[in-house]
Amino acid sequence: MNAPDTFDTMLVSHETQAAEGYNFAYLDEQTKRMIRRALLKAVAVPGYQVPFASREMPLPYGWGTGGIQVTAAIIGANDTLKVIDQGSDDTTNAVNIRRFFARTTGVATTRRTSEATIVQTRHRIPETPLDEKQILVYQVPMPEPLYRLEPRVAECRKLHALADYGLISVKLYEDIVQHGSIATTYDYPVTVNGRYLASPSPIPKFDNPKLHMNAALQLFGAGRERRIYAIPPYTPVKSLDFDDHPFEVQRWEHACALCGSRESFLDEMIVDDAGKRMFVCSDSDYCHERRINQDHQENRENAPTRPAGEHA
Amino acid sequence: MTQAFTPLLRARHLTKQYGGRNGCRDVSFDLYPGEVLCIVGESGSGKTTLLNTLALRTEADAGALDYVDANGETLDLLTLSEPRRRLLARTEWGFVQQNPRDGLRAGVSAGANIGEPLMAVGARHYGRIRQTAQQWMQRVELDAARIDELPAAFSGGMQQRLQIARNLVTGPRLVFMDEPTAGLDVSVQARLLDLLRTLTTTLHLSVLIVTHDIGVARLLAHRLMVMQGGAVVESGLTDQVLDDPQHPYTQTLVASVLPV
Repeated sequence: MNAPDTFDTMLVSHETQAAEGYNFAYLDEQTKRMIRRALLKAVAVPGYQVPFASREMPLPYGWGTGGIQVTAAIIGANDTLKVIDQGSDDTTNAVNIRRFFARTTGVATTRRTSEATIVQTRHRIPETPLDEKQILVYQVPMPEPLYRLEPRVAECRKLHALADYGLISVKLYEDIVQHGSIATTYDYPVTVNGRYLASPSPIPKFDNPKLHMNAALQLFGAGRERRIYAIPPYTPVKSLDFDDHPFEVQRWEHACALCGSRESFLDEMIVDDAGKRMFVCSDSDYCHERRINQDHQENRENAPTRPAGEHA
Repeated sequence: MTQAFTPLLRARHLTKQYGGRNGCRDVSFDLYPGEVLCIVGESGSGKTTLLNTLALRTEADAGALDYVDANGETLDLLTLSEPRRRLLARTEWGFVQQNPRDGLRAGVSAGANIGEPLMAVGARHYGRIRQTAQQWMQRVELDAARIDELPAAFSGGMQQRLQIARNLVTGPRLVFMDEPTAGLDVSVQARLLDLLRTLTTTLHLSVLIVTHDIGVARLLAHRLMVMQGGAVVESGLTDQVLDDPQHPYTQTLVASVLPV
């Protein structure tokens, strides 16, 4: 959204070294090594929360400190970074984190999902399917799915160790009692690889099916809670449910007002004081790409029809 | 037939003390399937410590504790691994707390409270969980229409019955009860005892009840253990102990019951 973003990328790419006085990707090498060790462990035990020594980052907790540390640990000079917040490349959080990495690493940044090698995200999984060469980094505020049910951390760890997950069903049961259906719509708990219960970070449950057998490596970083966990490529991920109340994602009666998509996750926007509403894709890149393709198609369709019309 | 003569729970010289004082020491007994054993004694005599030690809620200092599980396998409870202990507690045991608020989850509805043990052992069908919860509410004489209310909406006696339903829903073989009738008024106590007596006979439960109320023991228990200062001073059939107490402490205890 703001122009300086591209300006910074240009500025930094002129220099071989990243921003002066800082190590590549801000964190020192020892810290990155520590995080990589945690990441390896996390990938080896899918869904297990690995503790790590989270560092102070130059932004407040809750703004993506966990995600940033994971990204800093895995990013290399040849990577292309995309950062999204609520699906959009243009929100404050996304713009700032993208600029942060552009300055401290000098890597190329992009808004196109297909071009990125690392996508750092908050609240969404891109609509465009990811491939095996890509890594998705999630910013996680609360990694513990049992947090609201079992306040004792030691007890929670024990429940995870023993796969004693009856408690989480109680929450779903209460949802049905109170709302008639499972009313959890974001941060919907999942079982990773048939073993560990994990929180998918506050993504809408609409995105939960994308966690399942995803080709990309998915890494989760929680800075304040000091936990890292991962879903390796092609790992089965199951959203919890009841046999007679199966998991389902939300659907809209509307299509995206800009690109006409009926498949993507839509944001409802109020566009004037009279309360006029408009539904648009939350994934800005997906919406953009679709509109470009539609323009191309229209041009191609229009080009041959016009001369044909003249001949007739 | 032979099964009935094998003890379900077998304790030998069980000791649990706090810094060498209090607690309980050198307790030995056998509990047979379908038997109701009452532990009576004044407050501070180590009843609850004993019960917690037996239910593996506190670590024993010394002694031996064997349990015969549903498959007929004899388990050494004191060396049993934590996952096995938890599995036992989930599937074959129940624990009714003195204060129902300790045994219930306050933030979720009555139905969820009864359904939680079921979900912990893998029930994943909402309709059936709910149906079972309703059946159990009826069995403990609660209005099944109140299934969606929070525990706080029920009276003390009702909460206690709710807790009993929650503990019995998984069909346990052994139930521990810590003063289940304390803090209830006398008429509610009587109904609860009546209910407990019906349930233990129909479900063929083995029950260990801790109480300071001789009336509870008289009504429910087959056998009695009298504790004083952490040690068992007398034990035997309920009627025998209460009608012909041998130990001086038991004599005072029996004599102290006010005649109505």
